[in-house]
Amino acid sequence: MEKKLLSGNEAAARGAWEAGVHVATAYPGTPSTEILENAAKYKEIYAQWSPNEKTAFEVALGAAIAGARSMVSMKHVGLNVAADPLFSASYTGVNGGFVIITADDPGMHSSQNEQDNRRYAKFAKIPLIEPSDSQEVKDFIKEAFEISEKFDTPVLFRLTTRISHSKGIVEVEDRKEVPLKEYKKIPEKYIILPAHARKRHYFVEERTQKLKEFANTTHLNRIEWGDRKLGIITSGISYVHAKEIFPNASYLKLGLSWPFPDKLLKEFVEGVERVIIIEENEPFIEEEVKFLGYNIDGKKFIPLVDELSPEVVRKGVLGEELERLPDGKGVKRPPQLCPGCPHIGIFYNLWRLRATVTGDIGCYTLGALPPYNAMDTTICMGASVTNAHGFDVARGWDFTKKTVAVIGDSTFVHSGITGLADIVYNKGNSTVIILDNRITAMTGHQFHPGSGKTAKGEETKRLDFEKLARAIGVEKVYRVDPHKLRESRKVLREAMSTKEPVVVLSERPCALLPEERKKAKQRPKKVVIPDKCKGEKCMGCIKLGCPALSMRDGKAYIEPLLCVGCDLCQQVCPFDAIVEEGQNG
Amino acid sequence: MANTKNIIISGVGGQGILTASEILALCAMEEGLDVKKSEVHGMSQRGGSVVSFVKFGEKVYSPLIEKGAGDVILAFEKAEALRWRGYLKKEGGVVIMNTLEIYPTTVSLGLDTYPENIEEEFKKFGVKTISIDAVKLSKEAGDPRTQNTVLLGVLSNFIDFSYDTWVKVIKFRVPPKTIDANLKAFELGRSIKE
Repeated sequence: MEKKLLSGNEAAARGAWEAGVHVATAYPGTPSTEILENAAKYKEIYAQWSPNEKTAFEVALGAAIAGARSMVSMKHVGLNVAADPLFSASYTGVNGGFVIITADDPGMHSSQNEQDNRRYAKFAKIPLIEPSDSQEVKDFIKEAFEISEKFDTPVLFRLTTRISHSKGIVEVEDRKEVPLKEYKKIPEKYIILPAHARKRHYFVEERTQKLKEFANTTHLNRIEWGDRKLGIITSGISYVHAKEIFPNASYLKLGLSWPFPDKLLKEFVEGVERVIIIEENEPFIEEEVKFLGYNIDGKKFIPLVDELSPEVVRKGVLGEELERLPDGKGVKRPPQLCPGCPHIGIFYNLWRLRATVTGDIGCYTLGALPPYNAMDTTICMGASVTNAHGFDVARGWDFTKKTVAVIGDSTFVHSGITGLADIVYNKGNSTVIILDNRITAMTGHQFHPGSGKTAKGEETKRLDFEKLARAIGVEKVYRVDPHKLRESRKVLREAMSTKEPVVVLSERPCALLPEERKKAKQRPKKVVIPDKCKGEKCMGCIKLGCPALSMRDGKAYIEPLLCVGCDLCQQVCPFDAIVEEGQNG
Repeated sequence: MANTKNIIISGVGGQGILTASEILALCAMEEGLDVKKSEVHGMSQRGGSVVSFVKFGEKVYSPLIEKGAGDVILAFEKAEALRWRGYLKKEGGVVIMNTLEIYPTTVSLGLDTYPENIEEEFKKFGVKTISIDAVKLSKEAGDPRTQNTVLLGVLSNFIDFSYDTWVKVIKFRVPPKTIDANLKAFELGRSIKE
């Protein structure tokens, strides 16, 4: 059999392809993004980026009801956005198999919270599958589609950052074509009117009982008998961390962890002297076990907070650490906006204007950090727009005229449009800046409805932000180039002091897009003329927060490896000390 | 597991760390071993601290290296060697470091200091420490982007893979136009034993 070195996300796409999946949808979000990126590479799979997780979910569910094997993937907080259709889908069930991948982020490497989406499976009463490595991701995805069709249920498939982004050896197989299932109009199943839903709830409870029996017998759940002195109940990534520290213990290894396999648990507990639970974050397994009447501990040893690792398991369970060298001093390398980033211009100006800024989710959240410190709130996708309106209704015009909402193009399409309608409808006066860089940048450049390209790279219509804002009822719409500092500052000032809803479209493509990089290569870099630079007395250019700029020997210095030749620093230098290379005499 | 080799590859975003760790992992697979490699992508961008763990042996469980279990730190930048010292074994660990120093803006602005005497910080604990100028050697190989392959060449002396495996995987994994420069870079690194 052919072997490949695959990440968990690559393995998920491969498994879906092998399982005969026809439709895959997603909204990008770390650590889930590469699942759809890889699914889109298979010609047999129709793959699309959706404006948000809710629409992605509903498209995939629609395809499943229509008879296709379908998959939707998202990061953990994305499932909050898609929670509404999730709970309905549990009642409707499926036709073609339907798998929902949630990629959770223990340790919050790139997320705003550490929510444990295993709870969604129990909440929505659908089966939960948790693989432990890339091979299991690929194998279990195929099982997930079988389970979905056999039990007429969506399946929640849970990855975590360490599974999504770690690579391991995977034995790959060929695709098995699965023809579309016949579509039948069944109103009492697919229309969840109260009268139908009441009946469907009985179906859901019966399904859960059947799944519980299945959980006791499926090979996804297994007992590994080893040394009977210690038994460990675990699932997902926690299993491999536990095996690292206790290679010889006995294991109850859960791959289908909800509904909980009660009989298997009984057999395991009776077969070992001492049992503990090792699980990352929430006590999900522990609560199930305690509910079944077993006084088995887990969170007594393993912290609720932060990512699990072999050393945390060793310390938590054995109270010891490996002998090792002392930690070394690291030098701080905080995340920064990139050289030439369009957002630099906006945040420099917002800092100059001392604005109150309701922020949003994207690269531009870095505007919250020094040197700008130009952000007051960041809550979730789209909340910048509505938070600004909240400030307005609470504190009135004198406050609102100093307040702006800042939101990226992709985030605006995701969840900002309804917020803008809220402002206009309720006679608000907020200013909303849409940072349009043409791409979902932070997750690594995925197209969205404002990009003009599909997930497969085909040309498509581009959403027109100005027309959209005007259609919602915004009468004042300005367009600015954020790299024209003085001009855009003037527009911002005017927008903020206008007592009506205003949209400022800040338009400049992400500096990391290939065509922008090409332009940067052709542009001459900037250099500092030390004699003209006033150094620490000024620091005007340093306040731009450009990573290429620093102070060296008391003068400003531009790192040539980083400089992209934009002229932001030239614009802010009051002493003409910054020039194009070759013009410094 | 006791017979697993644990390699920590560290540096700064944009230095080719992920390509290097991929080559190492593919070599292990080519040798018929089990292998896992782990890094986190996302918020880390150009200029940020990057680390990749590569583990190989008969059977590898966790993709994470336990603190105190590391066999080798292969650092593409000096301070990024020191940051991971706590992951090295107490006895028998090796550090291979590029002498390149990349100063972040936090240092320029006086918000942080760049660590000093980094070699000494390892040697005083009896760690075998190899410092090489990979920038210079990569230029000698004909392409400054081959720094990561120079460093893999040095690492190859501490790993029991056949020479042919390395050459095969490098040829397979690097851009076709750069194969010759990369193979030369590998040789230059491999010739450094101390």
